[in-house]
Amino acid sequence: MSNLLLFPIMIPLIFATILMLFPKKIKMQRLIALIGAAATLLAAAFLLAKVYGDGIQVVTLGSWPAPFGISMVSDLFSALLVATSSLIVLFVVLYSFPTIGIRREQSFYYSAVLFLMAGVNGAFTTGDIFNLFVFVEVLLMASYALIVHGGEKQQLRESIKYLLVNIISSALFVVAVAFLYSVTGTLNMADLAVKIPQIENTGILTVIAVLFLVVFGFKAAIFPLYFWLPASYHAPPMPVLALFGALLTKVGVYAIMRTYTLFFTMNTGFTHELLAIIAILTILAGCVGALAYFDVKKIIIYNIIIAVGVILFGVSQMNEAGVQGAILYLVHDMMIKAALFFLVGIVAVIFGTSNLRQMGGLIKTYPVLGWTYLIAAFGLAGIPPLSGFPGKLLIVQGGFEGPQFWGSIVILATSLIVLLSAMRIFIYAFWGEPVETKPLKKSAYQAMLIPSMILVAITVFFGVGAELFMPFVSGAAEVLLNPSLYIEAVFKE
Amino acid sequence: MRTNDVMLQTVTKVVTFLILMFAVHIFFAGHYTPGGGFVGGLLTASAIVLLMLAFGIRTVKKIVPINYVVMTSVGLLVAISTASASVLFDVPFFTHAYDYFDLPLFGKTSLHSALLFDVGVYLVVVGVTMTIIQTIGEDE
Repeated sequence: MSNLLLFPIMIPLIFATILMLFPKKIKMQRLIALIGAAATLLAAAFLLAKVYGDGIQVVTLGSWPAPFGISMVSDLFSALLVATSSLIVLFVVLYSFPTIGIRREQSFYYSAVLFLMAGVNGAFTTGDIFNLFVFVEVLLMASYALIVHGGEKQQLRESIKYLLVNIISSALFVVAVAFLYSVTGTLNMADLAVKIPQIENTGILTVIAVLFLVVFGFKAAIFPLYFWLPASYHAPPMPVLALFGALLTKVGVYAIMRTYTLFFTMNTGFTHELLAIIAILTILAGCVGALAYFDVKKIIIYNIIIAVGVILFGVSQMNEAGVQGAILYLVHDMMIKAALFFLVGIVAVIFGTSNLRQMGGLIKTYPVLGWTYLIAAFGLAGIPPLSGFPGKLLIVQGGFEGPQFWGSIVILATSLIVLLSAMRIFIYAFWGEPVETKPLKKSAYQAMLIPSMILVAITVFFGVGAELFMPFVSGAAEVLLNPSLYIEAVFKE
Repeated sequence: MRTNDVMLQTVTKVVTFLILMFAVHIFFAGHYTPGGGFVGGLLTASAIVLLMLAFGIRTVKKIVPINYVVMTSVGLLVAISTASASVLFDVPFFTHAYDYFDLPLFGKTSLHSALLFDVGVYLVVVGVTMTIIQTIGEDE
């Protein structure tokens, strides 16, 4: 079946469209959204198995030959990310049932979630730089709808900032694509990878590479372009926040990884060193924020920024250990961020506030929640058997092998800050004097807790069984480090 | 107080049909000359907007009883299923098919499955434009 790699994009698109037909029937909405997300996950899993077995899958839309049509390329890296994002959307849909509220469910909430899923999966799969722009717009449109969905005052205020920043960065994206097109005359990523090494004037290409770093840096929230993220992500309700935190910035990270390994490799001495320095600054800026706030949402939000820095530092080293570590850490981070947002969401519901100072003593009444959170926090910091460890280890190793050994030292040191920031939530919310809590129905509590626990269990499995996943990761890293594999796959037809 | 706008309403009754005819013409001309689903859809929406200006939103809702959100959704489904039909024939996504037919009245005509995709685009454009205008117009 040659079109298999399009199924993770088309299935959510079709289901989202069907969901628009009957917004008021909540049970049908939930059922169909769940079926759509599950079917997408199934398709993504098949795709991953197929790519692992048969190598890179390529479809050029409309039966046109490769550089002229839009190529959709699924290598192990993108298949892995598509599978992970589909998994997370499934859990977000499950977690939305008890938390999002009937009024939101009745106004196209699940449609927007599935449209976002289609955009994210498309951005991970596409092999055409302008098509990447279109898919990024698809997911941004859906995210605009989700960030303002419900119309609370804070949401309205933050959505204006979010819109403004993203519109400006999207306009810059178009300008960057226009520059690239005028220099190379092509938009197909594989064709770009062929044409760019033939161009002798690397000065203009370096400028374009930095421009793309700015564009994707806005989406991925790197230093100093992360300023919009903490306030904007604080506004929407928790399932939406989990969706954003797990997926949206990662699309920017993916785009940087793809462009900086596939074709912007003509002047690595400048561009990749810049990337490494920015990545380290991103980590430091995130650490400052993670320690500064007494708000559970803000603490985890700043941890998103730290993780973006860690992943990009791994990529900037351009050696096997660094890139493998970045891929492992990317997959780990998508899952653990969703799980952590789910868990602090439950904590915030129980206390009726997200302020840490007004919390305490939860471990006596909700022990399961407490220990699940502790495992997730350890996973985030990278305590050895858990999922954050192998990725970070490889990234640090890559740093020591590469030119920026000092970056590895910063990453090791900041791991302690990450642990401290996550443990602070545990210490304040679960230890100490019990504080009066809002009564919570047992069924609602379980409906929130069970998806979160399963997701934490999956991350634990991902960490303990890292050896099982290594063939996928090393295969993905191989394609990133050898662009010729990617080029041959696209042009073989 | 409502002013008597018999001039506007009479002209609208004639001009609306002209605009609609032109929209259909532009829509079908899209394959060989400038035009297509997007402008066709916008022109159709502009005809409905003209009706709304002349007769008011409630009257137009009565004479054109369409739920535009459903229209958008149906348009998307038409576009997606045209693209996905290629899955049945196991060719790459979005592969289109065309052939020449001898239609009565039209003579030798080429029919292209891209037309179906354009029908989807047309429906989405009309649906989205009208949803935006209706929602803002009804807002108190």
